[in-house]
Amino acid sequence: MIRSLPNSRAYSWSFNLFVICYFIFLFAPLLVTCVLAFNDSNFPSLPWNGFSLDWFISPGPERLGIFHDEQNLRSIWTSFQTAFWVAIMSTVVGTCSAFLFEQEDFPFKNGLYFLMLAPLVIPGVILGISLLLAANSAGTFFEDSFGIDVGLFRPSFWLVVFGQFSFITTFVTLVVSARLKKFDSSLEEAAMILGATRLQAIRLITLRYLRPAVIGAAAVAFLMSFENFNTTLFLVGSDPTLPINLYLQVRDGSTPVINSISLLLIAGTSCLALFNLYFSRKED
Amino acid sequence: MKSGFRLSFWLFLAPVLLWLFLLIVLPHIDLLLLSFRGENDMGDLVWTFDNYKNFFIEPIYWNTFVRTALYAIVTTFCTFVLALPVSFYIVKLARPRTRGFLTVLLLLPFWVSELVRVYGWMILLRESGVLNYFLLKTGLVQQPVEMLYNDATMIMGLVYTSMLFMVVPLISAMESLDDSLIEAASDLEASRFTILRTIIIPHCKPGITSGAIVVFMLALGNYLTPNLMGGKNSLWFTEQIYNQFIASFNWNQGAAFGFLLLLLSSGIIWIGLKLSRQRLGEVAA
Amino acid sequence: MANDLSVRNLIRSFGDFTAVDNISFDVPQGSFFSILGPSGCGKTTLLRMIAGFDEPSSGTISIRERDMRGVPPNKRPVNLVFQHLALFPMMDVAENIGFGLKRRGMNSAEIARRTETILERVDLPGYGKKQIRQLSGGQKQRVAIARCLVMEPSVLLLDEPLGALDLKLREQMKVELKKLQAKVGTTFIYITHDQSEALVMSDRIAVMNEGHFEQVGSPRELYSDPQTPFVARFVGDNNVWSGEVTESGERLTVRTGEDLLFRTRSHESYEKGSRVDLFLRPEAFRIEPTDSTDLNTFEVDVKTILFDGANSRLLTVMPGGHELLVSLPQNRQFDHIKPGDRILLGWHPDAGLCFKV
Repeated sequence: MIRSLPNSRAYSWSFNLFVICYFIFLFAPLLVTCVLAFNDSNFPSLPWNGFSLDWFISPGPERLGIFHDEQNLRSIWTSFQTAFWVAIMSTVVGTCSAFLFEQEDFPFKNGLYFLMLAPLVIPGVILGISLLLAANSAGTFFEDSFGIDVGLFRPSFWLVVFGQFSFITTFVTLVVSARLKKFDSSLEEAAMILGATRLQAIRLITLRYLRPAVIGAAAVAFLMSFENFNTTLFLVGSDPTLPINLYLQVRDGSTPVINSISLLLIAGTSCLALFNLYFSRKED
Repeated sequence: MKSGFRLSFWLFLAPVLLWLFLLIVLPHIDLLLLSFRGENDMGDLVWTFDNYKNFFIEPIYWNTFVRTALYAIVTTFCTFVLALPVSFYIVKLARPRTRGFLTVLLLLPFWVSELVRVYGWMILLRESGVLNYFLLKTGLVQQPVEMLYNDATMIMGLVYTSMLFMVVPLISAMESLDDSLIEAASDLEASRFTILRTIIIPHCKPGITSGAIVVFMLALGNYLTPNLMGGKNSLWFTEQIYNQFIASFNWNQGAAFGFLLLLLSSGIIWIGLKLSRQRLGEVAA
Repeated sequence: MANDLSVRNLIRSFGDFTAVDNISFDVPQGSFFSILGPSGCGKTTLLRMIAGFDEPSSGTISIRERDMRGVPPNKRPVNLVFQHLALFPMMDVAENIGFGLKRRGMNSAEIARRTETILERVDLPGYGKKQIRQLSGGQKQRVAIARCLVMEPSVLLLDEPLGALDLKLREQMKVELKKLQAKVGTTFIYITHDQSEALVMSDRIAVMNEGHFEQVGSPRELYSDPQTPFVARFVGDNNVWSGEVTESGERLTVRTGEDLLFRTRSHESYEKGSRVDLFLRPEAFRIEPTDSTDLNTFEVDVKTILFDGANSRLLTVMPGGHELLVSLPQNRQFDHIKPGDRILLGWHPDAGLCFKV
């Protein structure tokens, strides 16, 4: 049954086979996507017409490589900016929230904790539409009462940032809380009895202890934001993020430039994921 | 000392309150309120139940709703059946040195955007896709087969997309399972199936519950996968919402649909928690 | 001599539960004071109030005549050595020790000088650059103490810091702590549930039970003259009989359950017919006394021999089935005693002590 118990040959082999099939299932679509990025063809499909970098560097107009594709490049840049702000904001607020729920005691704490977990069980689409509606209501309200047109309340870059922030912060809270739970609070007390104020103790001791978890959470937040589709779909304004932009292209018929973008994405996220993994390893 | 404690308390509380009330509570109250608004015959906005009435009168809405819920449950179950042996293999059967490597390998695809993964399946499975190319080459089929745009493919896509959220909690649950429990059960002459049923699954129950909740919620709220892999006849409820918002521009109807979906997901999650006798807080931790 | 710490009528309650119940005591400057009690007796609550992590419900705590009400932990002239030491794992030894001085805004040259001085004091010269995880259990202990001593506190609190060490090291650290305290002359307040730690190290000990002090005294006083039955039971080993007073006076006569008559002493005189518990230390017995005048004597059967070097005992049983522990001196005089033997025991009336039930 397990490694330490004797297993029949048939059991081991069928299990091995199953796992191999599973990994093929897992990687087949990604592998195919990456390989076809280099096919010398106008369609992302076989037959293999030979190796080509056209879909990366060709300046157009017949084949427009990604490095010359203004529209896609702009959406990548938008996604970067979005993910950057979401990562910063959700890491700061998520860390505060972890401290609040792990270290403080106050009335209605359980209720607030439940509320904090709510984004876990609210479908992303709902978060998107409710934020869209609320922003619209707020916009109308400001316009009617004060005659000001607040750009923030229309689908725009910042609305996307806030939409993603609203649920990614919960994930950050959970990651940081998990680490904070293992923190020996007498370390903070020791710092205080040695003359540190509570905020100094948090800065010098607790945050230093939490650093790997916070960096890891920020990386996760960045990735989640970068690839978010469901919430963003309803909030996006004139400059779409990469997943939205790709979606529109895939829906309306695709060229292999999507494969080349995918390849870059796979490479980029793998690096970030490995970097994150390295940090979480160091933590233990 | 109290004043120092209070200062840090407010420092932590303020951003959290701002976040939860401005971005979670207020929008959802607004969603609820707007779902009860609608235009009357004169074209004025009034309070009304019409949006909900429409939902029950029109069979297409109602059917889509039930269909989405059932398929999300099927997806959750399939994900569990697939994830259990994989996580068991990684934690209990793989050699310690390959274990870390396999875990990384397992997680890697999920860091890539969902869109890229769905796109990969599309170019694999569509009529002019890679799989059909090989099938034709080897002579297994004479005519290309359209493998996209059917329910089975859509469910497979949903399973594929949400796999990670089942595998990760299962792996961490299994890691905390002491090998000696399985050894003891085996020593007491329990069969593999008995061990699975009486030792492994009960131990992993919190992991299974949290995985199932997240997978269910993701499948239910997914728009991308049903839309791209299920095609025109995917009939996924999120698409109805999208249509109301973007195509028909009937936001009040969309709000009602959104609120119904929210009720459905909270309801099923609540039942799941009751059945497994757990609380949301425990599951999240 | 002046008192470093004075506690008056201290009460701390949590809802209906009173963790610390009207405690008053003084700790003179430069002394080693222990608070000894079973877990849950409130000693940790008391300590946390002195350190400033908790506020008393009523009563006062003053350190060097200064009332500590409302003074936060980081402003009190006390330092605390935590149960699990709470050394900062992300800093090296020198940073740990310099942490408090840095908070006071001292310049780094001075911090380095003082750190080195204190490390020499605790016999760890040149350890400044070591990481915490490189240290052994005993070294960590000394760094934790050094980290507090470098702050030159009026009072050093220690919360069972030896609890995590293994037995051998704990024995060694007891002696070292005592020597260190004598060397630096700082007032130590030591919290423990381990009576041997308290007895070995302290100048004075307070025995705490259910939120109040049972007795405050020197180790010898607690051992040989316990004032309450709790202290008699908690400090050292004791044999206990329950019985009834048959003759009162300066010496009581007590009839035990086995119908034996023992003469013994008590702190106050009890009336005839009172129910009492009679306490007697294992080492108070004389085995096969040659001269039994003035002694209470009776016969027991040896059940088994609990050999433990200098601390060896006989487990004996009285005819009624009551078990007694009897010290067995390892001077070869009693090597002939075997399990199953019937022996005569005698004890002097001054050695026993009675408390009314």
